[in-house]
Amino acid sequence: MLAKRIIPCLDVTAGRVVKGVSFVDLRDAGDPVEIARRYNEQGADELAFLDITASSEQRGIIFRIIEQVASQVFIPLTVGGGVREVGDVRNLLNAGADKVSINTAAVLNPQLVADAAGRYGSQCIVVAIDAKQVSPGRWEVFTHGGRNATGLDAVEWARNIQDLGAGEILLTSMDRDGQKNGFDLALTRSITDALDIPVIASGGVGNLQHLVDGVKKGGADAVLAASIFHFGEYTVRQAKQFMSQHGIEVRL
Amino acid sequence: MVDVAVVDYGMGNLRSVEQALRSVAPAAEIIVTDDPEVVTSARRVVFPGQGAMPECMRELNARGLRDAVLLAARSRPFLGICVGLQMLFEHSAEGDVAGLGILHGKVVRFDSNMHDAQGNKLKVPHMGWNRVHHAQHPLWEGIEQDARFYFVHSYYVQPQDASLVQATSQYPQSFACAVAKDNLFAVQFHPEKSSTAGLKLLNNFMLWNP
Repeated sequence: MLAKRIIPCLDVTAGRVVKGVSFVDLRDAGDPVEIARRYNEQGADELAFLDITASSEQRGIIFRIIEQVASQVFIPLTVGGGVREVGDVRNLLNAGADKVSINTAAVLNPQLVADAAGRYGSQCIVVAIDAKQVSPGRWEVFTHGGRNATGLDAVEWARNIQDLGAGEILLTSMDRDGQKNGFDLALTRSITDALDIPVIASGGVGNLQHLVDGVKKGGADAVLAASIFHFGEYTVRQAKQFMSQHGIEVRL
Repeated sequence: MVDVAVVDYGMGNLRSVEQALRSVAPAAEIIVTDDPEVVTSARRVVFPGQGAMPECMRELNARGLRDAVLLAARSRPFLGICVGLQMLFEHSAEGDVAGLGILHGKVVRFDSNMHDAQGNKLKVPHMGWNRVHHAQHPLWEGIEQDARFYFVHSYYVQPQDASLVQATSQYPQSFACAVAKDNLFAVQFHPEKSSTAGLKLLNNFMLWNP
């Protein structure tokens, strides 16, 4: 049967992989191409790249990185960050991305999701949702790297973008991101149960049990983590072995 | 004469396929092309596909590539991938569209209300790494039985002739994920994104002399 996926995430700026806490306080984690190769060797099922470059003059860097990774690493690559129009989707796909993740622009212009999915297929359109809990059992969608509240209910928004043609949801808990205290399991469960398309859980992984919980309790189809892999705490293979020992089907 | 023509009918990114082929056959001349003459004269043809089958069929016809693909599929080592497998059949439920009809059978959608043995909902598209149980064929040479390959699709093929099936996968029912007939081989998964096992299959294709 289908394996649950483990997806290391590389936040990239100025040609380097970095990692922050709750989207601030960045720490250097190394060269993206080298890191991508290492995770592939460790058995990563996919790789996610998030271009967090603020300045537009540096945006070309991500294309060169993706081109280099795609010529050496033959697993699916998801790339996001700063995608505003269908042309951005095309450029990333041409650089070697298999899926493109749309976040803020999907909220500002939901038609972009429909247009991109219509043009390139749902299989390559991921919509990233950054959600923050506002009351028990209710989460709100934030944009612009977590700075702007939208008033959108995360579950309703997820259903909406599924209907628009998104092929997958990358769900990040803003409350948990970088905190290392585990996924927001209630959020993950609410979204995955509401949808027919796969959901990637993100934000908060601090140990391997958190990955198991994301799948077993949260119902995630895939789990994404960054810092536990970047700073050598665990290899991707150790994570998979741990999940396998806990009865989760993984690709070993 | 080029060694491999990757048929480009404008539906998405063929770079992954091209790069994976280059990595297994660095000396081969590999061309991504929308030129019917290049397709009909290439030694080997790879027929990829992604997105929705109605658009794929429309673009294939609009670019005048239909006859070239039909000819190649009957005359030289030919590898269909994903929608490139589905298009070989007679009909798809996706948009109720006719395929190329090279193989008898149809393309149907996964049920929207499927569950695994533990009662968990199974998502559509079927996305990720699944086990591939294969038969005997030169393209499986050196590939472990039940190795995992990367899939992303919501529709799957139902060949009329079960003897064409070269591999099955399970989601949760068994479905055909590879078919072969003479010089033609086609897979539902993405060998170009399936790491070592996928590259091995592409390498086998490059060496295949049916």
